[in-house]
Amino acid sequence: MDLSNDKLIEMFTRMTRIREFDERAGHLTEEAKVVGSVHLYVGEEASGVGVCATLNDDDYITSTHRGHGHLLAKGGDMRKMFAELYAKSTGYCHGKGGSMHMSDLDLGILGANGILGAGAPIAAGAGFACKHRARGQVTVCFFGDGAASEGAVHEAMNLAATWKLPVIFVCENNLYGEFMAYSSQHAIDDVSDIAQGYGMPGVAVDGQDVLAVYEAAFEAVGRARRGDGPSFIETKTYRYYDHVGRDYGVVPRPEEEVNYWKSRDPIDIFRATLIERDVLSDASADAITQSVRDEVEAAIKFAEESPEPEVSALLEDVYTEVTA
Amino acid sequence: MVAGVKYRKAIAQALRDEMERQPESFIVGIDIEPGGTFMTNEGLLERLGPERVRDAPISETALVGLAVGAAAVGMRPVVEIQLIDFATVAMDQIVNQMAKMKYMFGGKAKLPIVLLTHQGGGRSMGAQHSQTLEAWFCHIPGLKVVTPSTPYDAKGLMVAALRDDNPVVYITNKLGIGMRGEVPEELYEVPIGQADVKRAGEDVTVVALSSMVQDALAAAAELAERGISVEVVDPRTLSPLDSATILESVRKTSRVVIAHEAVTFCGFGAEIAAQIAEEAFDYLDAPVKRVGAPFSPVPFNPTLEKAWLPGKAEILSAVESLIPTAPSA
Repeated sequence: MDLSNDKLIEMFTRMTRIREFDERAGHLTEEAKVVGSVHLYVGEEASGVGVCATLNDDDYITSTHRGHGHLLAKGGDMRKMFAELYAKSTGYCHGKGGSMHMSDLDLGILGANGILGAGAPIAAGAGFACKHRARGQVTVCFFGDGAASEGAVHEAMNLAATWKLPVIFVCENNLYGEFMAYSSQHAIDDVSDIAQGYGMPGVAVDGQDVLAVYEAAFEAVGRARRGDGPSFIETKTYRYYDHVGRDYGVVPRPEEEVNYWKSRDPIDIFRATLIERDVLSDASADAITQSVRDEVEAAIKFAEESPEPEVSALLEDVYTEVTA
Repeated sequence: MVAGVKYRKAIAQALRDEMERQPESFIVGIDIEPGGTFMTNEGLLERLGPERVRDAPISETALVGLAVGAAAVGMRPVVEIQLIDFATVAMDQIVNQMAKMKYMFGGKAKLPIVLLTHQGGGRSMGAQHSQTLEAWFCHIPGLKVVTPSTPYDAKGLMVAALRDDNPVVYITNKLGIGMRGEVPEELYEVPIGQADVKRAGEDVTVVALSSMVQDALAAAAELAERGISVEVVDPRTLSPLDSATILESVRKTSRVVIAHEAVTFCGFGAEIAAQIAEEAFDYLDAPVKRVGAPFSPVPFNPTLEKAWLPGKAEILSAVESLIPTAPSA
């Protein structure tokens, strides 16, 4: 893949933004500075960034309950994200959505979603609109290995394949659905094997290698833009933390498994590649990380200083008032 | 005004002419292309073309989700679910996605969706093809729910639903789909959220939903011959409900019967009864009466189903029970 240095650095920066955002989000939850629960994307950064790096601004994605990473991968604003975690009026959802519904329609993100697999039919709908408008837009549907058991995903895949919709189904297989291991929920080794049954190409890629993810996504997105229909990509990745929050240790995972995956950290791998290619030096990579950390702290400050929503906001935005 | 237009044709006219004005609109469902299970989409394919009139795989969840996703990016979908019983399969998309996306995402989403579906018994279609489930949808903030009872209202409410920027659940009654009435040729709106007094009266109010409006009017005609003046109020829209028109009628008559085909227990009538109790208690001269179906699934056997279905007879006896001096039928 022939990517410009600027593009590579942008991808590295986005992965770092996801990592630093979610690490802090996890801590803020533990410190009870933010309410509710967070589903952290730490360890899976290469998947969201590798896919979204192939997209244009006017392409669409649907995300999941573990959605902070997808929002940042598509260019999300950390200030509005932290403000939403703090349930403040300046948040993406004016404090009425929270971690699981943090979303930016202006960036083409049709949810974060609290219901497993529910984004898939919605992605088919956005894909239908893309096809109808014939401007070469595509829609990416992110979901996890857990959601691969949900009927909605299968219905959407069948519909998208039958109608040749420009949708890319990206299953982020992080090996756990809630606290249950992948192998206890599926009879096949590769989730991507289901693609064939719906008449679309399916590939499994190393989800810790952002360039491998990019390459697979690039091909699938190109196929969709050409009008050749949907594709399925399984990114093999790993959720560093528990289903919710950081380490509650509800169900301990095998130590060797955790160590193996942490030895293949997606940011470490990409950083080493970029240094080897002389795209970054140790110092310039560190500088990026530091500037992201500064951005995170400034965003948290913004969130903490932002006002609570007025109680009157409770009844706002239930309906659209103006009609066509 | 054209006389003798069928209810289903009135819907088809609205869809055909209004969707033609909205290039971003399309309709999907099962057997849509030949005109739909109840022929409410007749002539659409010819007028709007195959890109906008689409038969789809039998996947209610995917179809409602398709509408949500397409609407969220600026299209104006109509999705037909053949029978309301099948909407239960798609409840996540209806309740958790369609109804909440705007509120959850900071008010940005606009979801101009019409979910067209058909309900009701009387055709020996058994327990899974005969239910009346409007109350399910009324309980969800973010949805609008309309239940037109005449061809005129059917067309006008469909035009209003198509022009509305919110999700509208548009529910017909299967037995009423062939009913005839006067319908203007041109496009017009029956405003969503506006009830209609279908017959004016003085002694008793009957608030009737959907197919029960015709039963209530038939009952009112009979009662008029016996000197009892019945006012029939058709809410037409259940959410948002035009409570003012209902309360005004009850304050005038002081007696009220609420009639719907759905199971009485936890049915929409309970909401109307509660509002009357809260807002017009002092005006009542008799208890609020509800007419609805008994608490069982809809039976297949025609005799049993007839016993299950509420109708004119039940409305008559409910009205009579509120007027002790009335002669019995």
